[in-house]
Amino acid sequence: MKKQIISIALAAVVGAASLVGCSSGNSNKDGKVSITNVSYDPTRELYQEYNKLFEKHYKEEHGKDIELVQSHGGSGSQARSVIEGSDADVVTLALAHDITLIEEAGLINEGWIDEFDLQSSPYTSTIVFLVRKGNPKKIKDWDDLTKKGVEIINPDPKSSGGACWNFLAAWKYALDKNNNDENKAKEFVKALYKNVTVMDSGARGATTTFVENGQGDVLVAWENEAINSVAEYPDQYEIVTPSISILAQPSVAIVDKNAEKDGSTEAAKEYLEYLYSDEAQEIIGENGYRPTNETILNKFSDTFDLNVSLCKIDDFGGWDAAYEKFFNDGAIFDEIYGN
Amino acid sequence: MEIFDQKEARSRKITKYILIGLSVLFIAVMLILPLASVIVNSLREGVDYYFKALSTDYVTSALVVTFIATVIAVAVNTVFGLVASWVITKFDFKGKNVLSTLIDIPFSISPVIAGLAFIMTFGRLGWASEIIDSINSALGTDIQIVFAIPGVVLATIFVTFPFVSREIVPVLNTVGKDEEEAASILGAGGFKIFRKITFPHIKWALVYGIILCTARALGEFGAVHALSKTRGGTFTLPLEIDALYMSGSADSITAAFAVSSLLVLIAVAVLIVRNVFEFRTKSKNRKGK
Amino acid sequence: MALFKRNKQVRVIPGFKLTLGITIALLSLLVLIPLASVLVYSFKLSPSEFWKLITASNVLNAFATSIVCALIAALINSVFGLILAWVLVKYDFPGKRILDGLIELPFALPTAVAGITLSKMYSDTGFPGSFFSSIGLDISYTKIGIVIALIFIGIPFTVRAVQPVLEKLDNQYEEAAYILGSSRRRTFRKVIFPELFPSLLTGFGLALARGIGEYGSVIYISGNSAKDNTQVVSYVIMQKLERMDYASATAIALVLLIISFVLLFVINIIQIRRSRRISVR
Repeated sequence: MKKQIISIALAAVVGAASLVGCSSGNSNKDGKVSITNVSYDPTRELYQEYNKLFEKHYKEEHGKDIELVQSHGGSGSQARSVIEGSDADVVTLALAHDITLIEEAGLINEGWIDEFDLQSSPYTSTIVFLVRKGNPKKIKDWDDLTKKGVEIINPDPKSSGGACWNFLAAWKYALDKNNNDENKAKEFVKALYKNVTVMDSGARGATTTFVENGQGDVLVAWENEAINSVAEYPDQYEIVTPSISILAQPSVAIVDKNAEKDGSTEAAKEYLEYLYSDEAQEIIGENGYRPTNETILNKFSDTFDLNVSLCKIDDFGGWDAAYEKFFNDGAIFDEIYGN
Repeated sequence: MEIFDQKEARSRKITKYILIGLSVLFIAVMLILPLASVIVNSLREGVDYYFKALSTDYVTSALVVTFIATVIAVAVNTVFGLVASWVITKFDFKGKNVLSTLIDIPFSISPVIAGLAFIMTFGRLGWASEIIDSINSALGTDIQIVFAIPGVVLATIFVTFPFVSREIVPVLNTVGKDEEEAASILGAGGFKIFRKITFPHIKWALVYGIILCTARALGEFGAVHALSKTRGGTFTLPLEIDALYMSGSADSITAAFAVSSLLVLIAVAVLIVRNVFEFRTKSKNRKGK
Repeated sequence: MALFKRNKQVRVIPGFKLTLGITIALLSLLVLIPLASVLVYSFKLSPSEFWKLITASNVLNAFATSIVCALIAALINSVFGLILAWVLVKYDFPGKRILDGLIELPFALPTAVAGITLSKMYSDTGFPGSFFSSIGLDISYTKIGIVIALIFIGIPFTVRAVQPVLEKLDNQYEEAAYILGSSRRRTFRKVIFPELFPSLLTGFGLALARGIGEYGSVIYISGNSAKDNTQVVSYVIMQKLERMDYASATAIALVLLIISFVLLFVINIIQIRRSRRISVR
């Protein structure tokens, strides 16, 4: 008899434990519209401010509160989490490619890139160099990075979206310099990556390595990251903009399947559209991203070097082609770097 | 120690001090220095900032999630640990070695794989997601496993799974099972045998296992990282630390260390409690003898 | 004694089916089924594809790095684990209990925090990293850094494996050996060490198994450079996942799983043998 009592008791404990585990997962739904924005690491502060602005805007327009939930991480892993089932209503990621992957998984409708203005990218950024104050290694342009004794901090293109932009910008510079000779360009990026001393898995990690741990002479970084670092430590760092860089177009999209399920499609659309408003563009500029609104962009001409020549991902035939050619296993990056 | 003559005693003393010195040095460099480094870094912006960093909504929510996950994980693993160690030590059966090895798997497995395991089961790509979907549509509920609290709890249970049983099994192995067998022949029931004979042997191993389990559950990062993506919703303290650290600005890194120091303090407190209890019981036993 | 031995097959102690049932049910639900879901993906590959994925040069390098660094760290931990356990069991000195309590710290400190802190301490701007770099030894972002991180997370395993056995080992052995004229070194080698060896091996194996799969504490300090071979296996799995290359990720995971299973299996056999020997005595 006693045996059965124990078994019941044990089963009860286990059952109770697993019940608590499941029931705590239900979010309380009080009819309030809720939007989950799955984004990448550096936009955390931007969306914190933007969400406040949008909450106010939404209240004025609809007389209702809206709940905004933020999620940040590496762009690739964020895209993966949406594909694997995280409940994102909108995605605001670093690369159009990451959103395409979600589209391929059937969660975003085709043609998302034309759903919002300017290929669905309300703000842009580019790749710059962050150097230590006074620029002791005299770094002016990409070719200075290949010099002997220059230590570069640059994240791993195999795991970081941002690092792909870095690689492509360097590649474009080398092509222009060598009359589009690909072999010479390979030599150039090979020499450049030989100087990379720490290869973090993500852009944020690389910034920490350079800024907090004091490694290396130059950090190849997102412009907005570099602007933030200089704002944090005005006496320690300065930004160098190379002659050629790349126009990074972070993209936004509604995750149609999830938004339909949650009944938040309309709100999600407003949320992303409002990014193009003057108020939002101001906040975007203040956070170190280049506003797509020309007038507002020009207001920030002190912050951004507007003379840099920017190539686009389309120059490489789009992301799929670029991945295939440069970053897949056994492609050019593996060829020039170690493997 | 009177057994040893003077020369031998002195030489033993020298060895003793060398060994103590080495141990203290090792602990100081490998363990205390990192600990101190966390505390020093957490106070870099002053005490006011320290407390401000600890009282944000994000930290509070992370504290609650961490607490829920830890309590459930410890409860489940304690029950499991007791049952499993009973099976493994009191009976002989085929496949026992394989069973006890399987139980230990989460111990050494990369936490990255642990997180992936639940995503591949309950995520949108996993085979169990359809089952959950049909349950949800039948009952009108909105149960979500991964990227929600249940996933966090499951991942925490997974990584701490063998902690209790691992502590109990060696003790029971050493004790043997003669006493239990005798009691059983004399007609005692299973639960009574456990309470009167087995439990006193494993009391401390159990406490120790629970403590390790708690400590590990509080601090788990890799596995939870894979399936918890909402800050202020499903984040645990270690994830909140990572988020703060990754916000990049100098004071948020200090905040990250402040939250870390909270975990360090909890951990140290737990270890002290254990130490005090153990000491008391040991001295009580000594007196009893 | 003999009576019980003969009766073993009859299973005198109650509760076998019940407890075995609960054990297997929980184990399957919480551990085995989720793990199997991962492995199903790698079984979709043909053997030659599988082989190609896991023998890619960066994967092999990562395995080499993880295994070599974990081996070195586990060896160092065995030495210090033995010393620490010895000191904690055999000697009395002020602060001993604090020392004892601190051993679990690496369990309690989140691995990510450990990684961040260690990489800061051992970079050339931190302490003691600045000292080492002034004598020309870089620690952060090299394999030495990986080893340090693995020593940090592995030390509780070896100490806690040896300590209980040492506690049970009576001082009388030592004293008897001394009276019989054995030198201390010889006593240690012939009397004490053989008793400790299985548990030391257990601790070594656990630290090794944990070290090979370690992620959080390593990635910050390792530099993750394919060129310098400082990528560990877990990092490569993560790298593949980020690219949604589930095939490679799960194939590597399977190999890692087999390695840990084999290691743990050997450890368990050692432990069971040891306990048999003790109970026979």
